[in-house]
Amino acid sequence: MGVVDREFEKLEAAFQAKVEAEQRIEPKDWMPEKYRQTLIRQMSQHAHSEVVGMLPEGNWLTRAPSLKRKAILMAKIQDEGGHGLYLYSATETLGISRDQMFDQLHSGKAKYSSIFNYPTLNWADIGAIGWLVDGAAITNQIALCRCSYGPYARAMIRICKEESFHQRQGYEIMMTMAQGTEEQRDMAQDALNRWWWPTLMMFGPNDSNSAHSAQSMQWKIKRQSNDELRQKFVDATVPQAEFLNLRIPDDQLKWNEDRGHYDFGEIDWEEFRNVVKGNGLCNRERLQARVDAHEGGRWVREAALAHARKQEARKAAAAA
Amino acid sequence: MSKNNKGELPLYEVFIRSKNGLDHKHVGSLHAADAEMALMAARDVYTRRGEGVSIWVVKSTDIVASSPEDRGSFYDPADDKLYRHPTFFELPDEVGHL
Ligand SMILES: [Fe+2]
Ligand SMILES: [Fe+2]
Repeated sequence: MGVVDREFEKLEAAFQAKVEAEQRIEPKDWMPEKYRQTLIRQMSQHAHSEVVGMLPEGNWLTRAPSLKRKAILMAKIQDEGGHGLYLYSATETLGISRDQMFDQLHSGKAKYSSIFNYPTLNWADIGAIGWLVDGAAITNQIALCRCSYGPYARAMIRICKEESFHQRQGYEIMMTMAQGTEEQRDMAQDALNRWWWPTLMMFGPNDSNSAHSAQSMQWKIKRQSNDELRQKFVDATVPQAEFLNLRIPDDQLKWNEDRGHYDFGEIDWEEFRNVVKGNGLCNRERLQARVDAHEGGRWVREAALAHARKQEARKAAAAA
Repeated sequence: MSKNNKGELPLYEVFIRSKNGLDHKHVGSLHAADAEMALMAARDVYTRRGEGVSIWVVKSTDIVASSPEDRGSFYDPADDKLYRHPTFFELPDEVGHL
């Protein structure tokens, strides 16, 4: 073994020891290249998900049933944009530029959560998204607050503080509709029927099929497995559905006394793979909306830069 | 740090004082064309719920940082001055709290 290899092994052992001692890794610390790449992939995908996640909800901004609902939805969507920005900024500490991340999203190289490739068909969908999709996101994100990479963990803590408003506003919409007219109740049930399974898919493949999981757990990028988190979400959500008097669309859903958890049916993984591959109902539309927004904003960024340069030059001339 | 960032707006680091009596604390970064725009963006991104009473923005390229590699030698001078810590001095219990 060469000197370089031995040096590398020493660094790697010291890194792992630090992770195991629950010390956080900070941007300028030594880290294995694969740790850096794994984080860049996961964090940028997370950022993209926050940003693309604004689109399905944005669909209802002009159609919200009251001014109050519209203002609340606007604030919620603005938070999601903020979450994207916290996460992009945290990812940049790993040495990738914002433009590189945008390029990866716009070219289809980077993924975002497949849930946002489903359409929002009725107003109850906004309730279901807040309740279920944000609820699942919270379950994931609480685990990430203890991630070994400092900037990611800090962004997660900030995000988690804001998320509970999202879930509560969603549940409140569902409650209002579930207690409303027959037609409103049906809309709420219909939304739950359509969003339940895609929400369970948000936790990713089963542990037995999850390619990156073991290494991520060892590096403490991930603190709980996909299946553990999914179970946690199901256990928390079933009673909430019962309170609404709505039925979760799963015939196998049943409390298991021995396990102390709910048993639930198998996810349609074929559908999951298909949406991830780009064949979901809205994949093309979502991506196009992002590209258009970025291109449409180009002249604003250029004008802002030109203005800044002009101001700079003026200041320099005045000082001379 | 970033390479192909032609036309990318410069990066600013954001520091926020959450209330009077506390220090400014680093909260993250953002891209803006100039300091004025950075301040407004920092308000929108980092203080949507009254998280701050004062914001500093600093161009990331203007920050000079120590490097973790020479953590040892850089802080060396402090390590051999144990008498800077109150526990260095052994005093009899009768003296009481000091
Ligand atoms: Fe979010
Ligand atoms: Fe959210």
